Amino acid sequence: MSTHGEMAMTETGQATAASAADTLPEPPARPNGKVKTLGEPIVTVEQVHKSFHGNHVLKGVSLTVRQSEVVVIAGRSGSGKSTLLRCIDRLETIDDGRIVACGNLMGFRETNGRRVALRDHEIARQQREMGMVFQNFNLFPHISVIDNITVAPIRIKKVPRAQAREEARALLERVGLPEKENAYPRQLSGGQQQRVAIARALAMKPQVLLFDEPTSALDPEMIAEVLDVMVDLSHQGMTMIVVTHEMGFARAAADRVLLMHEGSIVEDAPPEDFFTKPTSDHTRAFLSKILQH
Amino acid sequence: MNWSWSYFFEYLTNGLMLQGAWTTVWLSVVSMAIGLGLGIVAALMKMYGNRALRYVAEFYIWLFRGTPILIQLVIIYTGLPQIGIRLSVIEAAILGLALNEGAYLAEIIRAGIMAVDKGQDDAGRALGMTWRERMWIVILPQATRTIIPPLGNQFNGMLKTTSLASVISMEELMRNAQMLAQIEFRVLEVYIVAAVWYLVLVTIWHQIQLRIEAHYEKPFGPAAAVASEGERELAKAVRAAGATNT
Repeated sequence: MSTHGEMAMTETGQATAASAADTLPEPPARPNGKVKTLGEPIVTVEQVHKSFHGNHVLKGVSLTVRQSEVVVIAGRSGSGKSTLLRCIDRLETIDDGRIVACGNLMGFRETNGRRVALRDHEIARQQREMGMVFQNFNLFPHISVIDNITVAPIRIKKVPRAQAREEARALLERVGLPEKENAYPRQLSGGQQQRVAIARALAMKPQVLLFDEPTSALDPEMIAEVLDVMVDLSHQGMTMIVVTHEMGFARAAADRVLLMHEGSIVEDAPPEDFFTKPTSDHTRAFLSKILQH
Repeated sequence: MNWSWSYFFEYLTNGLMLQGAWTTVWLSVVSMAIGLGLGIVAALMKMYGNRALRYVAEFYIWLFRGTPILIQLVIIYTGLPQIGIRLSVIEAAILGLALNEGAYLAEIIRAGIMAVDKGQDDAGRALGMTWRERMWIVILPQATRTIIPPLGNQFNGMLKTTSLASVISMEELMRNAQMLAQIEFRVLEVYIVAAVWYLVLVTIWHQIQLRIEAHYEKPFGPAAAVASEGERELAKAVRAAGATNT
């Protein structure tokens, strides 16, 4: 992809950030007014380095995410935030450091302090514990909405077909698309496709959901419908790591907001502090840029 | 002029010709099916295999695309017995046609796989699919859509290429026409009838191909049907405006 394309994407994301903030409920509206309790660490990233063809994208990133925690990662394009997310789900290999997710050392087995690379099916098993939602949805275009949701449970987890379909219908209800089960992805709007993609990820009953700029490819009027589903998920205690420019979502649902800059995490704070008293100059620069619009 | 309509019509429904046409059909289908299997394996070896597998696949494709099918058939049937490999006519014909077809299909299948968006593979991996599961569930079904039109073209070619198996005495349409021609020497009538039968087979195949294409295109049809609320309103407004103009 050209840099130009990415920049354009970022600008639309930033331009809509302010408008989305208006449509979302105000800060942590936890159900029943209860204070959210976070569980044990479920994703631990330690000193991770990653380069692409000599380009050092992640420079010793460390991060701990606890159960039920919602972490928003912001930053300019090229700052490494998507790469970090893809490394956590082992869609990219890492050059150095370690990532433990859902109790698994991602990509490796450690015996007597020695690391052995895992085989294809062992890595697949690790990846099953997490769900991922992509910027471009990546729904399977050749099968219907309900098949998109049930294909992995049926073929991978061997869930009985009738049960998988029943659960898929419940998920479609949850993302507000009960009438679309027989549609093909092409027949849906971008916002609808992304909601189906969320349902597809949820169908595998993941312990953690990763979102890679889930609203950046959407028309402005469709962003809110996707964010609503995500806020809803956060209220239900789903552990989420969300790479996004939607600062409205960060304010409404995040427990922590991170800023990445040139391959490092330069800010890590609760949303109130992130927006009102950032410690890093990069964060101040970032905030002033998105608030200009 | 020495053209006989009565011979023409006699040959058109002659049992030997009908039998030949039927042989042409099943020989094409069987060779194509085996060739498709070989093509998929060769394409996957070339794209995802280690260096050794890649070289094997490349050598196979190079060899069978680089030599005439006629020579391949003659070598397999007439030449191999010299080193102790004896195949029946039918085995030799199927083997030769399938090996040749597989080499061409490998490149078509490779192109089809490359045309599938990289994000599809990401989505499969994120759902916890192994390489094999991603191939069968996600990648190959989508590649099929790209592959079907050239594949149909290849099968069209296969229906006619089987006529070359006549040189190793495979009793298909061409060979049977030759035999009939030697009985009554109505050469023109016999071969025109053979040509007509090839045309019929190819035409029937074309109709089948259109149906298969339509089937695989269905998920990619017009998106307008279930557009967003805003787009529906817009479309309604445009239609209304159009209606007043006419």
